Amino acid sequence: MSDALTTRHTRRAFISGAGALVISLSTPASSSGQAPLTDGAMKRPSFTPSQLDSWLSIDEAGDVTCFFGKIDVAQGLDVAVRLIVAEELDVAFERIRVLMGNSATTINHGGATSDSGVREGGALMRITAAEARMLLLEMASRKLNSPVSSLRVSNGVVTVAADPSRAISYAELIGGRYFNAQLHWNKKFGRDLEVSGTAKPKPPSEYKIVGTPTVRTDISPKVMGKFEYVSDVRLPGMLHGRMVRPSIAGAVPVNVDESSLKEIAGARVVWIKNFLGVVAEKEWDAVRAAEALKVTWSDSNPGFPPQEKLHDHIRSSKVVKREYTSNVGSVEAAIKEAQAQKLRVVEAEYEWPFQSHASLGPACAVANATKDHVTIYTASQKPYDARIGIAELLGREMRDVTTIWIAGSGSYGRNDAGDCSADAAVLSNAVGKPVRVQYSRAEATAWDPKGSASIQRVRAAFDESGKVVAYDFMTKGFSLRDMPPWERKAANTLAGHLLGFKLEPIQAFGIPNDSYRFQHKRIGWETIPPLLDRASPLRTAHLRATASPMCHFASEQFTDELALVAQSDPVRFRLQYLTDPRDHELLKQTAEKFGWDDRIGPNPGQGGRELMRGRGVAVAQKEGTCVAVFVEVEVSKSTGRVRPVRYTVGHDCGLIINPRGLQQVLECQTVWATSRALCEEVTFDANMVTSRDWTTYPTIDMNLVPEKIDFVLINRPELPAAGAGEHAARVVAAALANAVFDATAVRIRSAPLSPERVKTALGRV
Amino acid sequence: MAKSYSISVDEVNRTLEVDDPNMPLLYVLRDELGMNNPRFGCGLGQCGACTVHIDGQPTRSCVTPLSAISSSKITTLAGIGSANAPHPLQSAWIVEEASQCGYCLNGFLMTGVALLKSSPSPTEMEIKTAVENIKCRCGTHLAVVRAIKRASQMMVGDVK
Ligand code: FES
Ligand code: FES
Repeated sequence: MSDALTTRHTRRAFISGAGALVISLSTPASSSGQAPLTDGAMKRPSFTPSQLDSWLSIDEAGDVTCFFGKIDVAQGLDVAVRLIVAEELDVAFERIRVLMGNSATTINHGGATSDSGVREGGALMRITAAEARMLLLEMASRKLNSPVSSLRVSNGVVTVAADPSRAISYAELIGGRYFNAQLHWNKKFGRDLEVSGTAKPKPPSEYKIVGTPTVRTDISPKVMGKFEYVSDVRLPGMLHGRMVRPSIAGAVPVNVDESSLKEIAGARVVWIKNFLGVVAEKEWDAVRAAEALKVTWSDSNPGFPPQEKLHDHIRSSKVVKREYTSNVGSVEAAIKEAQAQKLRVVEAEYEWPFQSHASLGPACAVANATKDHVTIYTASQKPYDARIGIAELLGREMRDVTTIWIAGSGSYGRNDAGDCSADAAVLSNAVGKPVRVQYSRAEATAWDPKGSASIQRVRAAFDESGKVVAYDFMTKGFSLRDMPPWERKAANTLAGHLLGFKLEPIQAFGIPNDSYRFQHKRIGWETIPPLLDRASPLRTAHLRATASPMCHFASEQFTDELALVAQSDPVRFRLQYLTDPRDHELLKQTAEKFGWDDRIGPNPGQGGRELMRGRGVAVAQKEGTCVAVFVEVEVSKSTGRVRPVRYTVGHDCGLIINPRGLQQVLECQTVWATSRALCEEVTFDANMVTSRDWTTYPTIDMNLVPEKIDFVLINRPELPAAGAGEHAARVVAAALANAVFDATAVRIRSAPLSPERVKTALGRV
Repeated sequence: MAKSYSISVDEVNRTLEVDDPNMPLLYVLRDELGMNNPRFGCGLGQCGACTVHIDGQPTRSCVTPLSAISSSKITTLAGIGSANAPHPLQSAWIVEEASQCGYCLNGFLMTGVALLKSSPSPTEMEIKTAVENIKCRCGTHLAVVRAIKRASQMMVGDVK
């Protein structure tokens, strides 16, 4: 969202408070008594997805507002949306603003999820903008007495091509009024929502604006200290709340000594069932009160397995659900046959830890629960779902709850934001005043929902010609949705668990598809029961790229292992089995830019060195986006430290909307994924997560970032614009692990590739 | 008992009454004075999100008690430049798009500004060392280094 917009948006929200305010934001400025105008409605049509006005409006100055049903996780999505709409409407980029994530003014198109901002959200805005342009041209045609085919649009002004003196602007045609035009809507909300119109969007060959490298507009206010995050929302009479959590997971309060707060003026306790928090007028007092409060907790024995036995626990756990996402030919028979014939059968097993979102800013939310209405200012990626879940949590009607998304600290999936907004709602509802909650560092790291821990078992069989004929891949781990990530149920939040809503885990791992063709191929997943089924600090939910980092950590390392058995070069081997020409082209171009030479086996001559150099590659394709990540690493023999020296990231997401934004997003996610691959592992003991801060949950710093990242961006205007927010992050860990093998000739099948783990592995040989 | 304090923030003298002299400067600035910079990231001195200058020195306000700073000059991110006269590092940051969420940038910018003052043409190594204890989760690290380099070049006149 642009800064001016955020600022305006937030300020108005402050002034007006509850839900009603928000309607006024979506209303174009009313007409102020000029000559009567024939087109458009003066009265706002109903706020449904089938009304064009629910998606887009043009005010009297000709400025365009898009009402966008997803949100931007700090990747500059608003820039892409503005480029798309500017293109379809022929309006200047600067005259377009994007409102996002306000449940009263924007339609629920799913919030941020699965990299769908451009792929789904952008595609929808293209349709609505094209429809608006068509209608505007029809209006202009009547006004100018000239057929539509004779008209041109530039900068929001329609002219008769043959006589540019005959002109009329969008502002004159519709400014301040409503189209009142119907779209076809499939009657669904969220990510399933689809609308279509009768207009045909422009063919990409005519694009003049889409594809222009464009700078984000939110950096300037951020850097000048003017940007307002959700943590900067301040409402009149607002209290500060903090949660009080047990030191042993699963323990609940049995006795609370409120007199322990008597030194802290105005601090009070909110204790409902197992939900325990404090509120105070001053933020520091709330922080102190949460620490000072004397609580007797129930006995609890969550019985977490010893950290070093986590993957044994996964191996031996009963399978709750198994599913095959691909099953071609007969893998079992083919592998048995190969064994019988004494042909090569290769097997390997890989391990991936729990990981935390650990957003830089612990979650923050402000709730204002009055008798009639509840307004939540939240940075949740799913503000529309949060509205539904919070209504259930508080026992209110959905129409009495408004959620307003305001940017928070960067989030990478279902982080702690969803829990925080529910906590703020419960506290505000209890005290009858607006309450702002910001979590502690420990809540953001120890108590956020975790990325799932898992193991991957892979087998493959060769035929006598040395070709891979059978491939069998199985992931086993905690469901990616032990706690469903949508917040549309009270039970999908910690507050819900503490107030007695029963957790309903969804069994799913959602394996990424493999890009290779093998005659017999089976890919599947198995989930195991959660470690603690209520308010667990190890509950699992979506973390960026969900199942991909761990599955590709296994599958793309395994591809290299197969290449070695086949005595082939890793790139050459991949090209042999990849089927999609897009994958081929991207892999070849990126290999060339990286400077990859065809070579079999680990990098020679590294053995005696303290700093060993190696190179690695990993590829994937999902939902229309192909990635190929190449990396060169340096591994220290004495410390086990892996340092990525440079990356070359190849990316093909179909049509590129903003090459500049794409490059930034790729650079950041490559560094982010490097952190996961090299540094991040949630630690815990029998009772509790012990990763609580930045020393106990180390992440990447300046010493581990690569010297440079180069890019190969393939633009395919003939293909739809697919996502770019997390695809490179799918394979970074695998590329790094392959490079570590290349450097050291030691295969490390457990993540993260931390100095201790690498050093131990090197010491074993 | 509430005690009265007078502090200078971004060149403005502010007076406030606070119960607890141990209240960290972070809460003084954010909660008592209603300022949006600095930001809360850890409260432990580990991340840098709360960084301000105290007498020109980058300082983590979350672990700096109010009692320790009463006669000092505090500068926040909002005080190092203005829209008309941004600090070169602010301009460089925009050109390099050195933020995603930007929640971390008080740490990088306030530290970068101090670095450029003491060392107008820092090497890449000096830049990385200066900011190595500042956390960013979005992965802007390379862009941060580029932005500080660019600002340095702007300040010594190599680039506009
Ligand atoms: S908030 Fe002060 S260092 Fe993290
Ligand atoms: S830009 Fe988000 S934490 Fe640095």
